Amino acid sequence: MSSSDTSASGRLPHAFTTPGSSSFVEFLSSHAPQLLPGNRPASDVQAPHGTTILALAFAGGIVMAGDRRATMGSMIASREIEIAGTAGLAVELVRLFQLELEHYEKIEGSLLSLDGKANRLATMIRGNLGLAMQGLAVVPLFGGFDLDRRVGRIFSYDVTGGRYEEHDHHAVGSGSVFARGSLKKLWRPGLDAAGAVRVAVEALVDAADDDSATGGPDHTRGIWPVVATVTESGYLRVADADLAAVADEVEQERRRTHEGRGGAR
Amino acid sequence: MSMPFYVSPEQLMKDRADYARKGIARGRSVVVLQYDDGIAFATENASRALHKISEIYDRIGFAAVGKYNEFENLRVAGVRYADLRGYSYDREDVTARGLANAYAQTLGTSFTTESKPLEVEIVVAEVGRAAAGDQIYRLAYDGSVTDEHGYVVMGGQAERLGGLLATDWRAGLTLPEVLALAVRTLGAPAEDGGEVRAIPAAQLEVAVLDRTRPRRTFRRLAGALLEDLLDAD
Repeated sequence: MSSSDTSASGRLPHAFTTPGSSSFVEFLSSHAPQLLPGNRPASDVQAPHGTTILALAFAGGIVMAGDRRATMGSMIASREIEIAGTAGLAVELVRLFQLELEHYEKIEGSLLSLDGKANRLATMIRGNLGLAMQGLAVVPLFGGFDLDRRVGRIFSYDVTGGRYEEHDHHAVGSGSVFARGSLKKLWRPGLDAAGAVRVAVEALVDAADDDSATGGPDHTRGIWPVVATVTESGYLRVADADLAAVADEVEQERRRTHEGRGGAR
Repeated sequence: MSMPFYVSPEQLMKDRADYARKGIARGRSVVVLQYDDGIAFATENASRALHKISEIYDRIGFAAVGKYNEFENLRVAGVRYADLRGYSYDREDVTARGLANAYAQTLGTSFTTESKPLEVEIVVAEVGRAAAGDQIYRLAYDGSVTDEHGYVVMGGQAERLGGLLATDWRAGLTLPEVLALAVRTLGAPAEDGGEVRAIPAAQLEVAVLDRTRPRRTFRRLAGALLEDLLDAD
């Protein structure tokens, strides 16, 4: 039966009652493909690019952090962005990915494995390849706590959907080169959660130092990076007050070393 | 005997309704009750995997009795409906009323146009920010919708058990109180004067929509947690 004969009676369309897939993305692509990212035509557009995100492992899980600046050319488009890549697409992709996982969980009644989630994300990135070729790339960093292996794991992706498991720490985005250098020097095995948050903030400050598209902690407006821990008990956003204290500490220490002509580190 | 050529519409609808009612009455009952911090669902269900109670969306729960394959199909459709709506608009815009309407049309159309009506009865409940905002919709096999307040019983002995709840349920019960009431009701004897059956926690399927939780309010209660709650009263 076609969908036209169901709209007359007002009942749920047949696509809704067809048994089978527990994937929301597959459902969208058959029922409402216009809502999927990557299915829209795009010509050469100037869209805002999100900037630096990083993740690092610690004893009980992982810490993820990102600065909150989205840039369009060199202009700051928004002060409240949490994801890297072309901002509009990245936000949409994250929203769709979250929904995909939740949809699976509700329909199947069980959680997807962390590898399953990582592969699912790779498929979604691949679906966006058409737009990536036109310069609207989205490159996520995916981290989570593996409940089977009981460790935090970090995955990075390229625009073609290639999935790479990273060890210990990783960063993506325009400031990632500087953040990675910083992480390499500061990361130690066996860090605790507070120590890992400190390392994340320092790496973001280093990225902001050298990359014009990455925003450092903004003391005047009270805008702090987005930092969260992911442990066995789930995702927990680090409170702004705690971040302010950590950012302050980092700032003080750098000022001291700078005044002593030790370089700004 | 020759085949009759004419069946009156009244007779046709009555036959279908009887058929659906018989199918629904075979199963165990489900009770849905409001309590001070949300809405509780409970039923007797030995299976840990084949649920009669499930999550649809952030603040919306689903409970059903009747044929498993039919209500499972409606449940999946409901999840897709809610997720699609929440994705195209916003999470706030997914309401139990919209879902109940979609279900009502689906059940009604099946009842009148298909060769066999759906042998299901469902409840769609939405928990509000305050008790006054709670909504409970009960949908019958023919697509009729009723907006219920406080409590609902579906399945086998719905009328009889509903009578029991009418005397014992009141607004503002706590979760342990309301679960004790639910278990007492589900185990009530089929006739007056019979013994109340004690139902062990392992045989119960219990879930709540807890208004104190952020975002996804649906939570299943099982194992030690459920036993503690049942012992508390």
